[in-house]
Amino acid sequence: MSSAAGEAVVFPTCLVEQLRPELAGTCEALVAAADGVAPRTAHGGACCGQPAWNAGFTAAARRVAGATLRGLRRTNGPIVVPSGSCATMMQRHWPDVFAGTSHEAEARAVAGRVVELATYLDARSPHDAAPSPAATTVTVHDSCHGLRELGVKAQPRRLLAEQGVEVVESEGAERCCGFGGTFCVKLPAVSVAMADDRLDEWTASGIETVVGGDLSCLVHLEGRARRRSLPLRFRHLAEVLRPSGDASANR
Amino acid sequence: MTAAVGSTPVTFLGRAERDLRDDRLRAAVRNATNLMSGSRLDALAGLEDPDGLRDAARTLRAGVMAELPELLDEWSTRFEAHGGHVHWAADAAEATATVRDLVRAQQARTVAKGKSMASEEIHLNDVLEADGVEVVETDLGEFIIQLAGETPSHIIAPAIHHDRYTVADLFAADGGHPVEADIGAEAAYAQVRLRESFLSAGVGVSGVNFAVADTGSICLIENEGNGRMCTSVPKVHIAIMGMERMVRDWSELDVMLGLLARSASGQALSVYTNIITGPRRPGDVDGPDEVHVVVLDNGRSRILGSAFQEALHCIRCGACLNACPVYRQVGGHAYGSVYAGPIGAVLTPLLHQEDPAARELAEASTLCGACWEVCPVRIPLHDLLLQLRQRDAGTDAGRARRLGFTGWSWLWSTRAGFSASTQLGRLGRRLARGRTRLPGWAGKWAEGRELP
Repeated sequence: MSSAAGEAVVFPTCLVEQLRPELAGTCEALVAAADGVAPRTAHGGACCGQPAWNAGFTAAARRVAGATLRGLRRTNGPIVVPSGSCATMMQRHWPDVFAGTSHEAEARAVAGRVVELATYLDARSPHDAAPSPAATTVTVHDSCHGLRELGVKAQPRRLLAEQGVEVVESEGAERCCGFGGTFCVKLPAVSVAMADDRLDEWTASGIETVVGGDLSCLVHLEGRARRRSLPLRFRHLAEVLRPSGDASANR
Repeated sequence: MTAAVGSTPVTFLGRAERDLRDDRLRAAVRNATNLMSGSRLDALAGLEDPDGLRDAARTLRAGVMAELPELLDEWSTRFEAHGGHVHWAADAAEATATVRDLVRAQQARTVAKGKSMASEEIHLNDVLEADGVEVVETDLGEFIIQLAGETPSHIIAPAIHHDRYTVADLFAADGGHPVEADIGAEAAYAQVRLRESFLSAGVGVSGVNFAVADTGSICLIENEGNGRMCTSVPKVHIAIMGMERMVRDWSELDVMLGLLARSASGQALSVYTNIITGPRRPGDVDGPDEVHVVVLDNGRSRILGSAFQEALHCIRCGACLNACPVYRQVGGHAYGSVYAGPIGAVLTPLLHQEDPAARELAEASTLCGACWEVCPVRIPLHDLLLQLRQRDAGTDAGRARRLGFTGWSWLWSTRAGFSASTQLGRLGRRLARGRTRLPGWAGKWAEGRELP
């Protein structure tokens, strides 16, 4: 993907705008530091349409995704998305969502510009910083769609290590936390049992901070941890990384 | 222990909630799925290019499906030329009637049965038992669940939800004397108990893992030797085979057997690989006088050539069950189907399209893709689950949710609507603070979690 610096667009995602709006600015600061020029924020639509798409409702998904597509088609350059799940929806499923409509070509073009946040930052990191001595310790939870559809695995770990954050691996890092979009409210008991599977492993191994690339998974895990009064903290990768390059103070 | 059949909940969630309360079941499922997943990884690591082999296997399976009628024809012609008999069954009723008539013709009072998911699918035991025949499951896991009056909860490990303590109780009840909760003692009990049935059975029934077109053979793999006993000691052997079990030739069989054993149990090959090419020939020291294969359609030809065709590629290794984060929590009986886990959630709604309880299984997944990641023939199970949801979204059953999503989509298709819902969400969360009972999805969320 090639583009002039400053052409990047940050698409914050609906969950960030609704639950943690300050994260949008944090992502913009990280992208600005990586590119040397401030990115733009996507205006217009707000959601990639995934909730309806994964439930099987194509027309509803297309209506919501269409609004977002209208906002993004007027921009150029990479579209940075702080969610592996939303990025997968846009990159991989938008061509299907709009297949056979007059927006298909546009959707394909926009899909081709979408980059998940960790992937974007990792690709632009010079990887020349002397590894900072590890000042803090976290574990990384791999969210499913980023991991399996987009290959997000090494990128966040590399970025964290370069900023002085030690990543300890957990055995079930790649196991779904049980969020799953509407799954978490359609089958709440199963969803919660899946969260407990993750929480129990972290608690047993003395983990205090869990870092992830998808706010959806983090909100679900955090909600369960709070209900159980577990001493665990959940941070989006963007909240841990520092544009200045030392994340250890940000944990 | 699982609740009595009479009180089985009718929804996936109801059955899942029941089994989530069973700590013993959950521990047994967790241990077994961990063990099998680990063995699979170790076994595949021993191959030079496991992913390349899986790609090749996917291509081979697609090739078989493209020519399935021709290959079935070729196989059955050769199998019959060797003296075997082939019966075509359109559905479960035809298949069970065929087996029942063959058993009647032998006047067999006892049937010794090897492990067969196809026979579970058609509920063969019920039909034979109603006909006054004693059916003895001779696979250890199947024997355990037969004693417990249960259905399999895993494709290759049907009694995965039991531990040695519950097995000891079942064997003690069966034998009328205490059996030590020790794996060796339990195996010894089953061995003595089952050996009699091989000798007394007039008919042996088995499944089929693969049928080889170019030699007219059937192949059956197993680890206990009971399958070989069932197929060689009784005078008549009847095999039940799903029509998609075809492979073209032995080199294709070689690829599938290696992937199947490694993916299922981490073995390079199963302990017993039985290849059967017709009945006993003059001069053979053993083998049945008659071999019958019942080829089962039961909804499969409807899947062939459809968008869901890859569901027929499955070679029944069970790796997707072991990898599935949902299955690992709830076990197999929550699915309420012979086929559990991700492949069960795809196959069951396809085989029983009219049944709403079967359709519901497509929801029993987060679409995380762990199943697709481990599948030896790379079936995109998460994509098939999504397509099933799309299919069902258009039906009457999906009407209420369709209305909800349509309303939501109009609201979120404008910036003003989205902003309004953001404000409303903030207000709602503030009002909800401290409350335990909340309406709708917020209430479902709050069943086990604090609101964000």
